[in-house]
Amino acid sequence: MDPMNYIVLAAIVFTIGAVGVLVRRNAIIVFMCVELMLNACNLAFVSFARMHGNIEGQVIAFFVMVVAAAEVVVGLAIIMQVFRTRRSASVDDANLLRH
Amino acid sequence: MLSYLAAEPHAVTAAADGVVHSTAWLMIAYPLAGAAVLLLGGRRTNAWGHWLAVAMSLAAFVWAALSLVQLLGLDPAERSRSVHVYEWLTAGSLTIDINLLIDPLSITFALLITGVGSLIHIYSVGYMAEDPGRRRFFGYLNLFVAAMLVLVLADNFVLLFLGWEGVGLASYLLIGFWQHKPSAAVAAKKAFLINRVGDMGLLIAIMLMFGTFGTLAYAPVFASADAAGSAVTTVIGLLLLLGACGKSAQLPLQAWLLDAMEGPTPVSALIHAATMVTAGVYLIVRSGPIFEAAPTAQLVVTIVGAATLLAGAVIGCAKDDIKKALAGSTMSQIGYMTLAAGLGPIGYAAAIAHLVTHGFFKAGLFLGAGSVMHGMNDEVDMRRYGGLRTAMPVTFATFGIGYLAIIGFPFLSGWWTKEGIIEAAFASGGVTGQVLGWAALLGAGLTAFYMSRVMFMTFFGERRWAADAHPHESPRSMTLPMVVLAVGSVALGAVLVYGYRFALFLEPAVGAAEHHEFSLATLLTSWTSLTALAFMVAGVAFAWVRYARAPVPRTAPRGSFVTVAARNELYGNTLNEELFMRPGQALTAAAVSFDEKVVDGVVDGVARGVRDSSEGLRRMQTGFARSYALSMLFGAAVVVALLGVNLV
Repeated sequence: MDPMNYIVLAAIVFTIGAVGVLVRRNAIIVFMCVELMLNACNLAFVSFARMHGNIEGQVIAFFVMVVAAAEVVVGLAIIMQVFRTRRSASVDDANLLRH
Repeated sequence: MLSYLAAEPHAVTAAADGVVHSTAWLMIAYPLAGAAVLLLGGRRTNAWGHWLAVAMSLAAFVWAALSLVQLLGLDPAERSRSVHVYEWLTAGSLTIDINLLIDPLSITFALLITGVGSLIHIYSVGYMAEDPGRRRFFGYLNLFVAAMLVLVLADNFVLLFLGWEGVGLASYLLIGFWQHKPSAAVAAKKAFLINRVGDMGLLIAIMLMFGTFGTLAYAPVFASADAAGSAVTTVIGLLLLLGACGKSAQLPLQAWLLDAMEGPTPVSALIHAATMVTAGVYLIVRSGPIFEAAPTAQLVVTIVGAATLLAGAVIGCAKDDIKKALAGSTMSQIGYMTLAAGLGPIGYAAAIAHLVTHGFFKAGLFLGAGSVMHGMNDEVDMRRYGGLRTAMPVTFATFGIGYLAIIGFPFLSGWWTKEGIIEAAFASGGVTGQVLGWAALLGAGLTAFYMSRVMFMTFFGERRWAADAHPHESPRSMTLPMVVLAVGSVALGAVLVYGYRFALFLEPAVGAAEHHEFSLATLLTSWTSLTALAFMVAGVAFAWVRYARAPVPRTAPRGSFVTVAARNELYGNTLNEELFMRPGQALTAAAVSFDEKVVDGVVDGVARGVRDSSEGLRRMQTGFARSYALSMLFGAAVVVALLGVNLV
């Protein structure tokens, strides 16, 4: 199969993720959309690695996965704390650092 | 040409020359150590500190006397010697050594400073007995003696400047010794500020000398003064004169001296009459070769001297404060010395001789005034004195001798030395000589008048004392120095002047002048001497008519406009205020408003601009996380777009 298809798929998934981050209020959903974007990137990396026939893209995909795992741990913990103190998981409500 | 210009001062080695000259630094070290112990030792030294100060001053005097003895034992050609103490600093081609110059001129000054200084130390033991700050006072006095010795013993201009500033500091500290009195604090500040003007002149002169001659030691500077060209030497000479004017209270920097009388009377006697104020004369005489290479500067020196001698005398005629009358007299007498110093080699010996005798009789007069004040509850107004001769016989006798000496009563000290100056002025020739000579003669008449006025108002006439005054003779420690000074006032003039002894002694230091055969008969019958005598008698007679025969009113009458002007110190202070103080204040006000409006305006404006723009930027922090995400997305899109453009 033409690797270009995977690139297009990655672009579509990334766009879904980005739009989700921008339009959804629920922090969990936003978070999942961020994961979508990361995985779209991974897919692009791997596809490019395949296209160019080298290994760097795949290595970076692994790094992204590791970082994403760590990010999930921290991010979920933050969301839990925010929800416990404010009884809300809406990103629009968390605006204490406003001007 | 001057004899000493040819040779450098002889270097002194301990082995060859005995120990007194090679350890001349001890002369300075004694009083300096005394000052250090007294000022750092604190209250522990209260009980014996003043005696330590007296001992240190006496030790310096003994060392100076021994130096003189050793100097006299040398061949006259060898009587100028430089003692190396310490290499102070080296920078490029400039090397400043702490070298002491031992020659007749410096030793004369050292003897005057330590001799009169010691007497005044002893006097102060009695005078300051009741003062809680006595230890501090003696510490400052010792500091002054040390600084003054540095000034006169220096063999280069930098070391001289060190001493010059040191005596300025001591003078400031002692004028403001009673700093709880606002008038004393202000007087001290005034003296310090006016002296700074003069010091600036001296400092610039020193820089110019280094620029011109490449060295600051006396011998090489003076040796090449002739070759430097009269333009440079004139500028240096005028700047040195400015320095001398500040220190010696000559016009136009005279205004501080009368206010300086706020200090304790022994200070007025030592610093503001006998020694420090003569430093200007010393500077001019010491820098003789520079002035001789600059006739214009010399002319200005004589004019300043003549103007000051008349101005000081006029001021002295109108002051009712006994110390201020004497201060006017000091100005006037230093004017005589400056005049003589400006005449060149024929005047140097006369200037220094008058300086020495003046040191004695003026110190004696001031100590007498202090003794009178001591007995009269610190009253200084002569209109509150009168008839004190029976109450204070010793003071009366010693003050009287000083009085006769200063008015030039024949055969007393002042007569010999003032004669020398008047003669030198006429001998300098030309119209200038005539003008200067007549100014000096007129000054002699004025001196006789104002001093007789002081004498009559204080010791003669009816008793105009305050109700609670019980005048009494001062203790022995005060009268003894007065007696010694009175002896000096009687005899010193004859000792110095008879047979040109002092002039010949000074020759190795200031250069030779022509002397006629000395003859007492010609001196007595010369027309200048007779005219001076006539002026003196007229002055005394006029004062007798005004202040002895007629009763002295207890409050000062309004007086003519001359009297009013003299009482206001010839408007010197007004002039300073209008010319310098008010424009200075306006300048500061302008500078302050420039700083506040323009400089601060720019700084504040920049700050306000930054603040306002950041106020605007703050609005972007909406707290709406999704809008941040949007802008990040846009940013990322832009970056990608740019990268894409670049790649293509």
